[in-house]
Amino acid sequence: MLTINLAIFIPFLAAIFIPFINNRFKQTHIGWFILVVPVVLFIALLRFIPTIARGETYINSSQWIPSYGIEFTTYLDGLSMIFGLLITGIGSLVILYSIYYLSTKESLTHFYIYLLLFMGAMLGVIFSDNLMALYVFWELTSISSFLLIAFWYHRKQSRYGAKKSLLITVSGGFAMLASFIMIYAMTGTLSIREIASSIDSISDHALFIPALILLLIGAFTKSAQFPFHIWLPDAMEAPTPVSAYLHSATMVKAGIYLVARFTPIFGGGDLWFWLVSGVGIITLFVGSFFAVKQTDLKALLAYSTVSQLGMIMSMLGFGSAALHAGYSPKSVVYTQAVFAALFHLVNHSTFKGALFMVIGIIDLQMGTRDIRRLGGLISLMPVSFTIAMIGSFSMAGLPPFNGFLSKEMFFTSALNVSNLDIFSLNTWGTLFSVIAWGASVFTFVYCMIIVFKTFFGEYKGRHHENKQFEPPIGMLISPIILGLFVVGIFFFPNLVGKYLIYPALGHIFPSMTLQLDAYSITAWHGFNTELMMTIAIVLVGGFLYLTLHRWRGVYRLFPETRSFDAVYNHSLSGMEKGSAKLTKLYMTGFLRDYLVYIYLFLVAVTGGVFIYTGAFSFDLSQDSPVSSYEWIFVVIILTAGFAILFAKSRLTAILLNGVIGFSIAFFFVLFRAPDLALTQTIIETVTTVLFLLCFYFLPEWKKESSPPSSKITNMLISVAVGLIFIVIGLSVNSGNLFEQVSLFFEDADELAGGNNIVNAILGDFRAFDTMLEVVVLFIGGIGVYSILKLKKWKGEENIEGD
Amino acid sequence: MKETNDVILHMVTKVVVFIILTLAIYLFIAGHNQPGGGFISGLVLSSAFVLLYLSFDVETVNSGLPLNFVVVAAVGVFLSVTTGFLAIFNGKSFLTHTFTSKTFPLIGKTEMGTVTLFEAGVSLAVVGVVVTIILGISEDV
Amino acid sequence: MESVIIILAGILVMIATYLFLSRNLIRIILGSALLSHAVHLLLMAMGGLKKGGPPLLGEELKTYTDALPQALILTAIVINFAVTAIFLVLAYRTYQKTGTDNLNALRGFKDE
Repeated sequence: MLTINLAIFIPFLAAIFIPFINNRFKQTHIGWFILVVPVVLFIALLRFIPTIARGETYINSSQWIPSYGIEFTTYLDGLSMIFGLLITGIGSLVILYSIYYLSTKESLTHFYIYLLLFMGAMLGVIFSDNLMALYVFWELTSISSFLLIAFWYHRKQSRYGAKKSLLITVSGGFAMLASFIMIYAMTGTLSIREIASSIDSISDHALFIPALILLLIGAFTKSAQFPFHIWLPDAMEAPTPVSAYLHSATMVKAGIYLVARFTPIFGGGDLWFWLVSGVGIITLFVGSFFAVKQTDLKALLAYSTVSQLGMIMSMLGFGSAALHAGYSPKSVVYTQAVFAALFHLVNHSTFKGALFMVIGIIDLQMGTRDIRRLGGLISLMPVSFTIAMIGSFSMAGLPPFNGFLSKEMFFTSALNVSNLDIFSLNTWGTLFSVIAWGASVFTFVYCMIIVFKTFFGEYKGRHHENKQFEPPIGMLISPIILGLFVVGIFFFPNLVGKYLIYPALGHIFPSMTLQLDAYSITAWHGFNTELMMTIAIVLVGGFLYLTLHRWRGVYRLFPETRSFDAVYNHSLSGMEKGSAKLTKLYMTGFLRDYLVYIYLFLVAVTGGVFIYTGAFSFDLSQDSPVSSYEWIFVVIILTAGFAILFAKSRLTAILLNGVIGFSIAFFFVLFRAPDLALTQTIIETVTTVLFLLCFYFLPEWKKESSPPSSKITNMLISVAVGLIFIVIGLSVNSGNLFEQVSLFFEDADELAGGNNIVNAILGDFRAFDTMLEVVVLFIGGIGVYSILKLKKWKGEENIEGD
Repeated sequence: MKETNDVILHMVTKVVVFIILTLAIYLFIAGHNQPGGGFISGLVLSSAFVLLYLSFDVETVNSGLPLNFVVVAAVGVFLSVTTGFLAIFNGKSFLTHTFTSKTFPLIGKTEMGTVTLFEAGVSLAVVGVVVTIILGISEDV
Repeated sequence: MESVIIILAGILVMIATYLFLSRNLIRIILGSALLSHAVHLLLMAMGGLKKGGPPLLGEELKTYTDALPQALILTAIVINFAVTAIFLVLAYRTYQKTGTDNLNALRGFKDE
């Protein structure tokens, strides 16, 4: 049996094999092979539906980083089931669609690797039980989204959109990580299930509120909620299959998932309620209001996605009121809001996916998706028109499409919230219904724009004889299937309700016993307020659509320069300029300056610590006596050292360096280190040869041309460094804390079979060091060899630029 | 290039190189109990080669001594790393050396161990690297 | 003796630092050579000087000098050789390519 652990990794594994498959079957579109992955996963998930519907869960656990308690635990329950089916189901349709959308001339391997990467990451997000695993997958979806948006990276707008989405979603993810860490600090566990069960103990914790807010920032950035919604319209630069998949059906719903998943943990308080439903309802309105203004069909859909996500988000907020009220017959009304949210989530994926695909078709066939240049396509593309109409009318909330059902339920929940007497809703609650209604009017308007401006009116394109306008049937299959779902769900809503959404509800409200009967969906409720609202939307919306050209001027009140986009652009360029300035301030490009920083830091920090702690001590009692010939060599070394500074020719300097080296070799003899003396002598010889060889090619020694002031600075710095060195050395020497360790090596003969302790250390006791040293030496040799031999490297002349 | 008369240098080098080589081998073997060892013998060996290259020219030496010193260095590194793995096959931890001492006629009590192989690797690596560096620079005109 | 050696090493560090701060590549390489000498002396002094015989067993000696610093220095000497070699070759190649060994003239691109 396929475990969920494995399911997450199948897309990643498949991604690895893509290049090999592509090389083997160059003639076939690689998408056909990729299609197998989501289809198999979808079928595998379908098999779980009966047991999940009975309320069972599947848990798989394996160790990941056991020392930190990070396990890779996957968790399949009703909630993740919905998302899992969406990811694999829509994924299959999108890949099928992309086979026709992307020609084999595009770099398909990249595209499908990114897409599979996303699919695996998204499955990881929804199935992970461990917060850290969830975070990793969460960021992975951001990264794969970035790569997919920038798929046509030669376009400037693609790069801009990709960067924007990455910056916003990843910083949101970072806020979420902070929240997770706070949750860990509060509960001591990273498992979502365990956190949910220990939630009562943490609601008074000081970190509870910050964790809540940071978590919501993560969710809001990902789900493009106001004011973070600005990345989604720019993300539309991605290929249309990507927009349909990531930016309407799955990735942007990760935030919804997060809010739903954490409702049992954080929900129930007024802050959660106001933030989630407030931000949701504002997003709903802003999204639909600005969607009307758009002329690019994809941008219009992007804003409409923003608005629909806001709607789902606000319903989740409404539903959290049930946790505050506790279980009672009254609070069932609020759990119905969550039910509606999840129902709309499914519906939105179907009709929005279909719409995106149709618009992709129009874009591909007509070469534009600007509604000012489109029109009259109804006779040319009747199938596409039908699908677009189904999708748009469903989005507008008209029967007989699934959007009607969820919109009615949305109104029900908004109206119910107004009746609530908690969270000071009796004063402000009515606003929710008003805004919801107003936003729905604009939704109606832009849905009409999609249908009528594109397909009716006069054909504005160039006339082609015998041009095939309707795309190949394979490209139409996916939107047709989605369109069938849109209609099908309207007629059999309870099938979805009972097997998909009701099981999920139990995991959002674990403390309540929910009766299935309360969650049946019916299209006809009689002439109640909700139906009146819908009728009013059609009337007012229709009027507004017809008079659109008269009130369009309203949008001039919201100039581009004052939007959140402008804020984003300004702050980004400001940060770039600021950091460039700051960097230029200290990164001068002169080695000397960097060395000065390092030395000053060394002197200040170590010197400061020495003064602060008074650690300096000077004790001569342990010193061995100094004999006269040792003094002679000290003087020789000092003289040679200072003479290097004043050496007129470089030959002198090298010879002086040699003098110092050989004198040190002599010291080694005096200090009872025969091995060292031997090595030093030979190394010094070889080094001198090396210096001489190099100098043969290097220029004559020039007189130091620095100004006297910098010479004095250099002198001061070097004296300070030398003094610090001496002070540390003397203090350490007089404060000898330990016996010498070499007594340990006295049994070298028995242990290593050698009488020379130094060599026993090198060859046996610390042989690992010696081995690595040999490796380092070898690397050095290779470095020298390659610097010298490989100079005629390809393109070197271009790099050097002279 | 002007022909120079280096007869004395050549003659001396021919003799001295063998003395240096002997010294290197002595240091290598003595390293166990007396001052010496892999590094030093490697350095002495390489100084012998450097002397050869200095007194004769590179082509002459290469014709008589067709050695690629990068390969020598690589062999050295390989040798010292693989001796480490010998211990693993013995069931001991990496780089544990084993040794036995036997008494041979004429030579007397001699200790033999894998450490000698390890040191040989070190020695070869040092020779290879040093000669590579010096040859590399001098050839690059 | 230890204190004398430490002060000697300190003065060598001083000279090396001064050489490091100069503009000439060769001076910098010489500075690194001097710095390594200083470090060897310091290591040596840290283990105590002339506290016994050479660290060779079987020489009928009661005490030995600390063998560990010697092993460290032996390693350091050889590594230093490689470092100096790389430095020299880099300097040589830099001069060959750019025609200067003055660091101030070597400053790269404007935006670097």
